[in-house]
Amino acid sequence: MTTTAPSGFVRDEMIAPAEPPHVRASMLGWIGERLFNSFGNATLTVLGIVGLAALAWPTLRFLLLDAVWRGTERTDCLAETVGHDVGACWPFIWAKFDQLMYGFYPASERWRPNLVYGFGALLLAPLLVPRVPHKTLNAVLFFGVFPLVAGVLLVGGVFGLPEVETRLWGGLLVTLVISFTGIVGSLPLGILLALGRRSDLPVVRSASVVFIEFWRGVPLITVLFFATYMLPLFLPGNWKIDGLLRVLIGVILFSAAYLAEVVRAGLQAIPRGQFEGAMALGLGYWRMMGLIILPQALRLVIPGLVNSFIALFKDTTLVLIVAIFDLLGQLRASFSDPNWATPATLFTGFAFAGIIYFVVSFAMSRYAMFTEQRLRAR
Amino acid sequence: MRRPSGDDGVEAPPPVALVYNPKVRSALYQLALVLTVAWLGYQFAVNAAANLGARNIASGLGFFSNTAGFGVNLSLIAFEETDTYGRAFVVGLLNTLLVSGIGIVLATLLGFAIGIGRLSSNWLVARIAGGYVELIRNLPLLFQILFWYLAVLSTLPGPRQSLSIFGTIFINNRGFVVPALRPAEGFVYVAAAFGLGVLAAIALGLWAKRLRERSGRSVPVLWKAAALVVGLPLVTFVAAGLPIDADLPRIQGFNFVGGTRIIPEFLALLAALTIYTASFIAEIVRAGILAVPRGQTEAGLALGLRRGQLLRLILLPQALRIIVPPLTNQYLNLTKNSSLAVAIGYPDLFAVFAGTTLNQTGQAIEIIAITMAVYLALSLVTSVLMNLYNSRVRLIDR
Repeated sequence: MTTTAPSGFVRDEMIAPAEPPHVRASMLGWIGERLFNSFGNATLTVLGIVGLAALAWPTLRFLLLDAVWRGTERTDCLAETVGHDVGACWPFIWAKFDQLMYGFYPASERWRPNLVYGFGALLLAPLLVPRVPHKTLNAVLFFGVFPLVAGVLLVGGVFGLPEVETRLWGGLLVTLVISFTGIVGSLPLGILLALGRRSDLPVVRSASVVFIEFWRGVPLITVLFFATYMLPLFLPGNWKIDGLLRVLIGVILFSAAYLAEVVRAGLQAIPRGQFEGAMALGLGYWRMMGLIILPQALRLVIPGLVNSFIALFKDTTLVLIVAIFDLLGQLRASFSDPNWATPATLFTGFAFAGIIYFVVSFAMSRYAMFTEQRLRAR
Repeated sequence: MRRPSGDDGVEAPPPVALVYNPKVRSALYQLALVLTVAWLGYQFAVNAAANLGARNIASGLGFFSNTAGFGVNLSLIAFEETDTYGRAFVVGLLNTLLVSGIGIVLATLLGFAIGIGRLSSNWLVARIAGGYVELIRNLPLLFQILFWYLAVLSTLPGPRQSLSIFGTIFINNRGFVVPALRPAEGFVYVAAAFGLGVLAAIALGLWAKRLRERSGRSVPVLWKAAALVVGLPLVTFVAAGLPIDADLPRIQGFNFVGGTRIIPEFLALLAALTIYTASFIAEIVRAGILAVPRGQTEAGLALGLRRGQLLRLILLPQALRIIVPPLTNQYLNLTKNSSLAVAIGYPDLFAVFAGTTLNQTGQAIEIIAITMAVYLALSLVTSVLMNLYNSRVRLIDR
């Protein structure tokens, strides 16, 4: 290659070949390769081990080793009584457990939420397993019939059930009611908005776009304030809407805008041929959508729907700002109980609620990943 | 899906009732929608007027010039109880911008570090980063805000038992007390030296780039640039006789005098927003880097680049194109989420305006509408800015 003009970019003598890479199959080899292959990596590894130990050991001691498990009052959780440093004060949780789960739902009526949980679990479990047949019937029961039954059971006032006002509801019950109603109520609206956004009719399309972008552009808390303080002003003066219902309306409007975008992604993924095929068969718009397009599109967006549900589940915590006592709100209220004021109370409460939130969200996110992989495998 | 109309001259369609004509039909649907919306709007307006009249609530924006009568615990501009609601609005807006601005910077740094960490060849680092993302993403943000505020910051020791860092920064349950720094006479030279350093560093970078393009010789600039930007002002600072007045905090009685107190509400909100958003940014960064084809990594390694160079010169520039749009979304989310400040009493726009002002004036319609409009406008501005950046880093097809 002597004909090439000299250039700063090109080397003119060969460099010595590099050593072949070492492949070590042993355990030590793996550690050397993955953790200590360079000075920088070794430093990171050591720092990581030290950091983990500094975090994990106190956590373990707090939650299990030094924790107080049995007791009936705050003195059982004080270091003077126990004789060593105390970790979590679990008796606090046992004492507040009913409140954290049901709020002030009357104790004699708590079989009703429990029955609702039971129904819900019975209908939900087969819906989540792809192999179980009768998915359509199952979905209709879960999304259509179950909310009505649950509503009647929880509110009461008919069939001889005493009425339980929603301001008595609280804790995990309210968290679950809001997230479930939010998703069930917003799904039909979200689908309509998604269809509207892809509609040929300019007025419908722009109305959908404005609606979606508006609710997506404002924080949920402003939506909750809108529903709590502004909505009653817009309705005739003799209409009294329940506080929980107002929040539900706000959550449904907010979450419908997000679901619309999820569903729209599914609609866009359906090949054009499906639309054309349906039209060639002479189906009108609604039958084309209902029989051909939506069944395919909704199946595609199951992971997205589950992810929206996780977001909604976490977002329900915001209702405590408008004085609805969900799990977190009930927890915060229980902190102010002077009968349980110990140094460990706060951390114990956060640990308990944190575990609930984490387990539910994590399980759902794993389920979303599972459905995603199933879709990809097809 | 436009249906073919009958005017293409093939064969006139059989006569049908007017309602089956697609054009008439779509016009009818749209008219129905418009009428419904208009009717709803009219009903709302009538009801609102009646309700406001019945409750004796004023309407209009006149309240902006009324005296607020409440104090705030953090304000970037001077604010007294005798100031107006209008000024309180500005105070809240500035506080929202303050916490979101700092939060965005910190969350980006932390998020990129963790996202890159998840792809590290170091097994332990990748696992720690993965654990962070899973843990933080699955806990509600408000839970985290309350955790930092109630469980961490308010259980710190009281002012007299403050944890002290070299006697200059004090950490206690009423926040962090840091020295207040005020520029003294002669500080202008330091500022000038800083400006000069930045200009010189830019010039050095340009020169090095030109040299590399011409001759292929690459000159390490980073350290020299850092020396120019940091060192030059530092030397001037010492030479000018340390022209800064540091007001060191010291304990007097039960509290601190001097220094600046950073309120715990700000710290808790900032910590929670940063840590929460960083976990989402980390996932975006990871997905962006993974989307760069593997051949790019291999080609970079074959050229003899080190891992740091590979990341900086090959992977990140390509990944950024994928990262920027969802990253914008996260910035918007962080800004919107800063409204959760109301739960712990950080005086952001929402807490000051939709919280206290709404409580005092009762003008729900105006106040909530304005609050929503501000957040919408912030969203819009952020989107526009990020779209500008996005069009800059976009792949240009030749």
